[in-house]
Amino acid sequence: MTKLTDLTMTAALAGLDKKDFTAVELTEAYIKSVAAARPLNAYLVETPDLARAQAKASDARRSKGDAKAMDGLPLGIKDLYCTKGVRTTAASKILDNFVPTYESTVTQKLFDDGCVMLGKLNLDEFAMGSANITSAFGDVISPWTGSDPANTNRKLVPGGSSGGSAAAVAARAAIAATGTDTGGSIRQPASFVGIVGIKPTYGLCSRYGIVAFASSLDQAGPMTRDVADAALMLRSMAGFDPKDSTSVNKAVPDYTQALGQSVKGLRIGIPKEYRLDGMPAEIDALWERGAAMLRDAGAEVVEVSLPHTKYSLPVYYIIAPAEASSNLARYDGVRFGLRVPGEGLAGMYENTRGQGFGKEVRRRILIGTYVLSAGYYDAYYLKAQKVRRCIRNDFDAAFQQVDAILTPTAPSTAFAIGEQQDDPIQMYLNDVFTVPVNLAGLPGMSVPAGLGSDGLPLGLQLIGRPFDEMTLFKVAHALEKAAGFNAKPPFCA
Amino acid sequence: MTIDLTTVTKIAHLARLKVPDAEKQQVAGELNKILEWVAQLDEVDVSKVEPLTSVNDLALRWRDDVVSDGDKLTDVLANAPAKTADFFTVPKVVE
Repeated sequence: MTKLTDLTMTAALAGLDKKDFTAVELTEAYIKSVAAARPLNAYLVETPDLARAQAKASDARRSKGDAKAMDGLPLGIKDLYCTKGVRTTAASKILDNFVPTYESTVTQKLFDDGCVMLGKLNLDEFAMGSANITSAFGDVISPWTGSDPANTNRKLVPGGSSGGSAAAVAARAAIAATGTDTGGSIRQPASFVGIVGIKPTYGLCSRYGIVAFASSLDQAGPMTRDVADAALMLRSMAGFDPKDSTSVNKAVPDYTQALGQSVKGLRIGIPKEYRLDGMPAEIDALWERGAAMLRDAGAEVVEVSLPHTKYSLPVYYIIAPAEASSNLARYDGVRFGLRVPGEGLAGMYENTRGQGFGKEVRRRILIGTYVLSAGYYDAYYLKAQKVRRCIRNDFDAAFQQVDAILTPTAPSTAFAIGEQQDDPIQMYLNDVFTVPVNLAGLPGMSVPAGLGSDGLPLGLQLIGRPFDEMTLFKVAHALEKAAGFNAKPPFCA
Repeated sequence: MTIDLTTVTKIAHLARLKVPDAEKQQVAGELNKILEWVAQLDEVDVSKVEPLTSVNDLALRWRDDVVSDGDKLTDVLANAPAKTADFFTVPKVVE
């Protein structure tokens, strides 16, 4: 029999319905996995007692015929989501002792649909990073090692910022996990560990109760082992919330209805500007293979142009730090979080923030403060907002011609902890293919498509029209089927 | 546009973020590198482009001007690093 922790959510729900096992048994199997996965440093907080109680309640509902859409499925929750009564840190020392008195809308919706919480997952501090090496509570280690002999004694990054989520789902220490994505933080780690991750359209999932990084870009989304699971979980996470002023009041369709539908006649765009100089040939080849798979499935593949692509990262590294510097002003040592004494009130603020925030967070606050400061606002921030519109207009024009866009998710496979750390800009380049999607507010999904020559997973990204997740799921499912990715990481809990 | 030590001191103060003197030179270097990199935006002609502030172009929703939440004194104070009775406390600001 398949190990319980190897089941997808869809398969686990079927097993629960057929009484092959109970939610308590499934949860106990995962509690063991969570403990076994400790070397990965994926979990910051484990909540086995809460999980057991939730699983017991789930079994009671199921036996009465009241099972909800995700009843009894044990999830990991990125530690950026406020969870009532459970420590929430954003992987920052400044929130080391923070215990929310309220629940984020998305986690509440998942609990309302019967989900079990195994614990809180590590991330880059305040979700600022692409390798999960900026957490105040230590690096997350990928469950993958690959075949490159140079990597046998090195630990690889799981990507970031949702690195704990990615590592836990890939290593079978959670059946699925929540992530958040401001510039690629769901999709890039999903690509690095060979799982599925979707960043929905901006406004689809409520941001209420999720620690804010850059509010015009942040979105919540699922990280799962296959496309069907992502469709199931997104349906639970999505939906209008009056507590988030940018939440969009639209009915949430049943995304699972898109699975298995033909892609015949759909037009898929290949943006020529995504062919970067110096990009590894195997990424280009994988992209080509992905296009061929969709062509074989009946889609029409055409070239499109997104001329402002090269400006996406510079725009992002003005807008995201600007919004972050404003959002993170709330950490002042007065109402919650760390307080470090200093000379007077101002000294207390400066010491609290100076010692409470890590290096990358401090760097982004300073950049953000600078680009918003008097005399520089127009030259940097306003300019970036204008180029942001050019980027959005590029996508609008492309979607006049095509139904979805296919690109690589990241410009490389996972790298080793310690690499790319000296130069912040080098690290920022990880998100070159994902950042434009956040700037334009579009849905984007990473689907595992193959292994690189180093034996490490590579994902392909699909980008859709605003609120057209249905088409994304349709195409992603066809791509998943054709790619047949079934590699498992060597470290499985 | 280059950031010197005085500018680092100024923006650190605006951000209420202590940057030790010993680190200021390095911070200035890093910020300059990032600003030089983003300067490529000057290549784009945006003279006829409106800034994009919200991707969904929605007007903000109105709601009735009524209390929708409240009476949560204990919750609000629950994570306070320092409090006295029902108040947050801060270092003395008025002599």
